[in-house]
Amino acid sequence: MKVKMLSRNPDNYVRETKLDLQRVPRNYDPTLHPFEVPREYVRALNATKLERVFAKPFLASLDGHRDGVNCLAKHPKSLATVLSGACDGEVRIWNLTKRKCIRTIQAHEGFVRGICTRFCGTSFFTVGDDKTVKQWKMDGPGYGEEEEPLHTILGKTVYTGIDHHWKDPAFATCGQQVDIWDEQRTSPICSMTWGFDSINSVKFNPIETFLLGSCASDRNIVLYDMRQATPLKKVILDMRTNTICWNPMEAFIFTAANEDYNLYTFDMRALDTPVMVHMDHVSAVLDVDYCPTGKEFVSASFDKSIRIFPVDKSRSREVYHTRRMQHVICVCWTADSRYIMCGSDEMNIRLWKAHASEKLGVLASRERAAQDYNRKLKEKFQHYPQIRRIACHRHLPKSIYSQIQEQRVMREARRRKELNRRKHSKPGSVPVVSERKKHVLAVVK
Amino acid sequence: METVPRTGRGPPPKKNKLQAKRKKPRRYWEEETAPAAAGASPGPPRKRKTNLALHRQRQKNSPNSKKSWLSKKSQFKKKSRELKKPGPQRSLSGAQDPFPGPAPVPVEVARKFCRIDKSKTLPHSLPKTRSKLEVAEAVEEEISAIAARSELLLAEEPGFLEGEDGEDTAKVRQADIVEAVDIASAAKHFDLNLRQFGPYRLNYSRTGRHLALGGRRGHVAALDWVTKKLMCEINVMEAVRDIQFLHSEALLAVAENRWLHIYDNQGIELHCVRRCDRVTRLEFLPFHFLLATASETGFLTYLDVSVGKIVAALNARAGRLRVMAQNPYNAVIHLGHSNGTVSLWSPSVQEPLAKILCHRGGLQAVAVDSTGTYMATSGLDHQLKVFDLRGTFQPLSARTLPQGAGHLAFSQRGLLAAGMGDVVNVWAGQGKASLPSLEQPYLTHRVAGPVHSLQFCPFEDVLGIGHSVGITSMLVPGAAEPNFDGLESNPYRSRKQRQEWEVKALLEKVPAELICLNPRALAEVDLISLEQQKKERIERLGFDPEAKAPFQPKPKQKGRSSTASLVRRKKKVQGQEHRDKVRQSLEEQQQQQQQQKQKAKPTGTQLSALDRFVR
Repeated sequence: MKVKMLSRNPDNYVRETKLDLQRVPRNYDPTLHPFEVPREYVRALNATKLERVFAKPFLASLDGHRDGVNCLAKHPKSLATVLSGACDGEVRIWNLTKRKCIRTIQAHEGFVRGICTRFCGTSFFTVGDDKTVKQWKMDGPGYGEEEEPLHTILGKTVYTGIDHHWKDPAFATCGQQVDIWDEQRTSPICSMTWGFDSINSVKFNPIETFLLGSCASDRNIVLYDMRQATPLKKVILDMRTNTICWNPMEAFIFTAANEDYNLYTFDMRALDTPVMVHMDHVSAVLDVDYCPTGKEFVSASFDKSIRIFPVDKSRSREVYHTRRMQHVICVCWTADSRYIMCGSDEMNIRLWKAHASEKLGVLASRERAAQDYNRKLKEKFQHYPQIRRIACHRHLPKSIYSQIQEQRVMREARRRKELNRRKHSKPGSVPVVSERKKHVLAVVK
Repeated sequence: METVPRTGRGPPPKKNKLQAKRKKPRRYWEEETAPAAAGASPGPPRKRKTNLALHRQRQKNSPNSKKSWLSKKSQFKKKSRELKKPGPQRSLSGAQDPFPGPAPVPVEVARKFCRIDKSKTLPHSLPKTRSKLEVAEAVEEEISAIAARSELLLAEEPGFLEGEDGEDTAKVRQADIVEAVDIASAAKHFDLNLRQFGPYRLNYSRTGRHLALGGRRGHVAALDWVTKKLMCEINVMEAVRDIQFLHSEALLAVAENRWLHIYDNQGIELHCVRRCDRVTRLEFLPFHFLLATASETGFLTYLDVSVGKIVAALNARAGRLRVMAQNPYNAVIHLGHSNGTVSLWSPSVQEPLAKILCHRGGLQAVAVDSTGTYMATSGLDHQLKVFDLRGTFQPLSARTLPQGAGHLAFSQRGLLAAGMGDVVNVWAGQGKASLPSLEQPYLTHRVAGPVHSLQFCPFEDVLGIGHSVGITSMLVPGAAEPNFDGLESNPYRSRKQRQEWEVKALLEKVPAELICLNPRALAEVDLISLEQQKKERIERLGFDPEAKAPFQPKPKQKGRSSTASLVRRKKKVQGQEHRDKVRQSLEEQQQQQQQQKQKAKPTGTQLSALDRFVR
């Protein structure tokens, strides 16, 4: 007879002294871990609930401006610095870690229409209602010196926007036409125009740095090549586009913030159909800015809220609002992709977290492992109705909520009418037009 | 330089290979001269063979050709185990890797960890979803290989008992085993003589560390049976029908004559649950925190012990309930009835999930093994049967016992114990979690009185037997899982570890509604509501967004794109589609007819006189 009994030595399973860690032997045999799927589901449900519990995105409000904030600019080299221009011509430079204004400049008379930093971070440019373009040093004046711009260019017409080239000492302004300037000269290198209406904004492409796009009041978006000194092509939409933003990772993709409450992501190579129509706002979209990863962008709207959209989704994943925040005029996503700044009508700049429930500060490795595990679980079970219900729920202010209901009714009525028309007319005479194609009127080359 | 997969194809004859190696690869127009040069007067079939070999050789010589890449890829996909086969590669320094390629993974072990059934085809889905599913499958396969490799780290080996040639292990007495094994194991065999308070029910806690016993005449005790330290001992002054530990050893549910009572490990009565009255059997579902009680009134009641609410009270409509077991794989409760059926219950459904007719007489005992594959039943007809629970509910093996088994229990490694009168038999199968063969018992033991309850101790090679004159702890080598998981149930856990585990377990308490026959059903695609959704969407939109666009012939060049030819091509495709549809529907009709015919003719039974009235 050969016999062996299961006999464990407790020394292998119990810690020797109280200072040791507890011993935890593992066995991943599935029979020892029954109900794998239901337990993971419950964990995912708990993780989703906790995510909503910890969703506190608002970090700080920077106050000090004496009129509505009209434009924001990131510093290219310092994460903590941000520049803002107000409607009374005042420019302020802020330190985000201290949450304080570190410098105030009375830059223009009337609005500061645009502000942009030079790629090296030593100076910045502003344009204002007083028909001037001014270049300022980033550092303040020395003791006893006066606050004076480095250069001032007097123009003939009002400039409404400015953007700096990403590598060369050149910048572009817009107004009656798009002007390309050399920093050393007082007259533009070239002026480009297509149509007669005033141009709202101009943006350089961060990758293909010679490309730039502008949007004008005559409802079109025009693309230019700096080297050719002529416009490339334009697309005409239903309504006016307020501003565009280029995707920092994909050279040919840009997103346009439109007056018709939607945002349109275009592929530059095929302008006749937008890649995606982003629809969630209930009023005109005023500004848009991309995350540095190029996966998401944030939009500011006249409906007193900002929303975060994934590039490939038509619905927003997040909406931020507070009771005191009025019409949001400008927004920017910080260069570390973790924070969002927005400037609004009621003179404040607000700092938000890009991921509402993210924990700031240093994470222990166990904490990070738990977060990773929970993220994977949430991803795995995201389509389950119970979990989706919790994950998608957002409290909205009454004004936005009722607007959404109203617009849903209107959209439904329009759709029903079209359906009825199609039903009662000759087959094929009322074609189905997709939502993407509906809003593009024409593409001109 | 390059190794080509040899799977399937035999290597070409050596002579041909050599020949081919000597010659330059030739073009097909040069072939005419080749046989003449080869000489050796090959007949026509031989000639073909040479060509084939040449063709192969050509493939071999071009390492960057698409074909060779493809074959490599297919090899990569097959199994990580086959990856090891290519010979050792030399590094720059000339040193050889003695263990080239990824680590070998035994296929059987990897299969144990595999969660995806590859035999099932993926549902028809969009390419995006499909690619996602494929990625998920690949990840799953990789993970199962890693998990299988981690088995190397398991410290303990299971126990065993083998007779020398011709020796019957059933004849080995407990005293022999005690003599042969080490002192610590020998101490696990003991008898408690408790003659006064009559037949005993016993229950081990989930970690296998604690033992609760309840005597019919009111004796309730809980002890740490390894150290033999008594936790509490009381007399409840009432008949005790059953006893059960709740999620930890700190709580104890006792089914008394009238009501269900809950005690803590000091013996203090915490609750008296009057909604559960005249309870005969108790089962605790640890992941759902549900205490299932079967009562004399015929009700199966689920009590959620974490919040103290009754989740469901199901009327089994089968009289007094006396036989109950839980399926640890899917938390379904099995009830045995006096008409020979076993019914399976879930708290979310008012009717039984299934009813299985098992015996001619009433049911005496039911037990389900830890993988949820086998159910053992014994009835008043003195039969002992083992049923397959996955799928068909068919009996796999059966045998008649001289005296029917009153109590049954499965161990973690799939040993089956049966108590018949005062004799306990244990049957074993081949390897872990396999079907126990009922031919020859593995062990037998005779206790002092009639057996009243049986349970294998988790993670210890011990079978606890409660009988009319006390408790016997019997040694059964090879019964228990040797390697426990420290985060799931740890026999050596400290107080702090237990508290942390308790919080975690309560946080991930599975809702009672999720109990169903297939616990993985939650992870599968709900096809019915998917179809419903699709239908609703089509109705809402007014058109089918996923519908196949009608065929539009492409314009062809060189004047072949006349309207007539376009129409003809269109017609052709339409006709083809139409014919396919008709063929499919015809096949379906034929199948239906065949099925109806089979139904109409029950084969193997004689026609009775009443059959003429069947329509």
